[in-house]
Amino acid sequence: MKVPSGLSARKVIPVALTLGIFLIVAIVASLFGSSLVDRITTVMFVNVIMVLGLQIFMGNSGLLSFAHVGFMGIGAYASALFSLPPEQKLMSLPDLYTPFQDLQLGFLPAVFAAALLAAVFAAVVGFPLMRLADTAAAIASFALLVIVHVVLSQWTAMTNGPRTLFGLLKYTDMWTAAIWAFIVIVVAFVFKESSLGMKLRASRDNVHAANAVGIDVVRTRWIAFVISAFICGMAGAMWAHFITSFQPGAFYMSMTFIVLTMLIVGGPQTVSGTALGVLIITVVSEGLRQMENALGMNDSFPFDTVGMTEILLAIVLILVLAFRPGGLVERTELGANWARGRQRRRNSPDRTEDALVGKG
Amino acid sequence: MNDILQFAVNALSLGSLYALFALGLIMVFGILRLVNFAYGELIMVAGYTWYILQGTFIPLVGLLISAVVAAGLASVLTERVAFRPVRSNSMNAMLITSFAVSTLLQNLALVFVSPRPRAVDVPTWFHTSLTVGGLRIGVSNLIIIAISGLTLLGLMLVMQRTRLGLTLRAAADDFRMLQLLGVRANQVIATAFLISGVLAGVAGFLWIGRIGSVSPTVGMAPLLVALIAIVVGGMNSLSGAIAGGFFMGALTIALQLVLPQDLLAFRDAVIFAVVILVLVVRPQGLIRGRFATERIG
Repeated sequence: MKVPSGLSARKVIPVALTLGIFLIVAIVASLFGSSLVDRITTVMFVNVIMVLGLQIFMGNSGLLSFAHVGFMGIGAYASALFSLPPEQKLMSLPDLYTPFQDLQLGFLPAVFAAALLAAVFAAVVGFPLMRLADTAAAIASFALLVIVHVVLSQWTAMTNGPRTLFGLLKYTDMWTAAIWAFIVIVVAFVFKESSLGMKLRASRDNVHAANAVGIDVVRTRWIAFVISAFICGMAGAMWAHFITSFQPGAFYMSMTFIVLTMLIVGGPQTVSGTALGVLIITVVSEGLRQMENALGMNDSFPFDTVGMTEILLAIVLILVLAFRPGGLVERTELGANWARGRQRRRNSPDRTEDALVGKG
Repeated sequence: MNDILQFAVNALSLGSLYALFALGLIMVFGILRLVNFAYGELIMVAGYTWYILQGTFIPLVGLLISAVVAAGLASVLTERVAFRPVRSNSMNAMLITSFAVSTLLQNLALVFVSPRPRAVDVPTWFHTSLTVGGLRIGVSNLIIIAISGLTLLGLMLVMQRTRLGLTLRAAADDFRMLQLLGVRANQVIATAFLISGVLAGVAGFLWIGRIGSVSPTVGMAPLLVALIAIVVGGMNSLSGAIAGGFFMGALTIALQLVLPQDLLAFRDAVIFAVVILVLVVRPQGLIRGRFATERIG
């Protein structure tokens, strides 16, 4: 993945800005020192990894994918399998096949092996899927999510079936998640500006034109699919080592809904927008959740309050899709215009770039 | 011989139900090219209408009609509130909207009714069975076949014999042309959603009678079935959806007989793998529609 036109302020400022925002969030959260804030921030950073993983494929290719939460699930279960101590495995996974029983890797090797497994799975199934267009692609990815869910919840020997898998060691803390989130932010930016990312974006904007200039659209999509599956698998593994006990149901519809909401509200076509979407939706939903709990506690409502957060998030998502379908940060990365403004002042008559982009 | 007849009755009963589910989904898909993920929640609406109204003076037939009306209204309402504003945006926007609507309705049920399943009062005769010449036939199967059959027949009459049906079929073939001829897009689309909701209501009522309870996620299984059925049927024609539905019904019953217990758990995974295979190898499905239309905005 080589970056074709070198580094320019237009490309560097958004990266720095996004990293800066999240660094401040991390520092503020660690200054708070409350375990609740710490938990929320850690999950948020894991979500940054997950949603950016999805953005790498969905945002750049314009194809809708429901399958990525499945890859997250594969990552979570695989890293559990790779990292559970043998004596714990006897309790957590009593029917496990013998070759896996003594397998134990450290935290990072387990996470990477799990991510690799998710990527390999995506590479195999993605090969036929990338040929499909529009609706067919969406339905097929949905089918894939269902398949992964069925297998995770029925393969009792490997996953403890629909019951909770417990006993994972807690490795992920706030700063681990934060650092990996920073790395993934940079990766997502680099991918977008790389020649592969540009080809992919070209195929998103006009698939026939992209074909005509010699881009192998299917292959380009496939590579992006595999990369993004790797990152989503990694997110799942990090999440698993933070939550430490979970069920297959965690990687299904409601998770898909949250992840898609973060991506769409933020703006799938921009990395900074997507990252910002994670931040905003986390703040909003956690705020609502606190309210929900408070209301549920003092019985001021005649009905159950669990589920109110999802209702409001769904309304927000529908409103964004109706009135700002590109998300909050639509096409131009956050802060990229500052650089362009400076450039324009420097050589004012030359506005070709704006003309090409169709703005200005 | 009896076994085969038994199988045929079971497959016909489940298949006719599945065909209705698939038809409801294809009604909207045919015109808008939208896979309505909120379709399962219309079934849920029908179920909760039954749950809320049961125990009052309303007889069972009245409950059925109320459930159908509620599902139809809910369908039209989602179109008006959520789908119409995003119709001119990308297809992904519509798909995600339907996903959001689905989550919204599910959680409304969660908050205002209960996360746990609620039992509906199914009359006891529904689960008894008749013996005809050594063949045991469940009353539920007969009723499901009868009501679904009537609904299918009614829908076919509407689609083939009335002006409304003609408009809807034309809309599925070439929506732009229809607009140029002066037919109101909003009306046609709203009607399609209404019919979709009615079908979900009828089929949902029978479905919930079969399983005996309603929960916020009750619509998930029918949605998945309908999705598979329309993919297998080719996503282009009503007859394809019907064929897909009956195919799915027969397949489900057959797999139940053939597969050993521990593999049965993976049945859905196998069926969905078939979906992907059909999409990749034979995207036009088992039955080919006459036109492959563009999506409209």
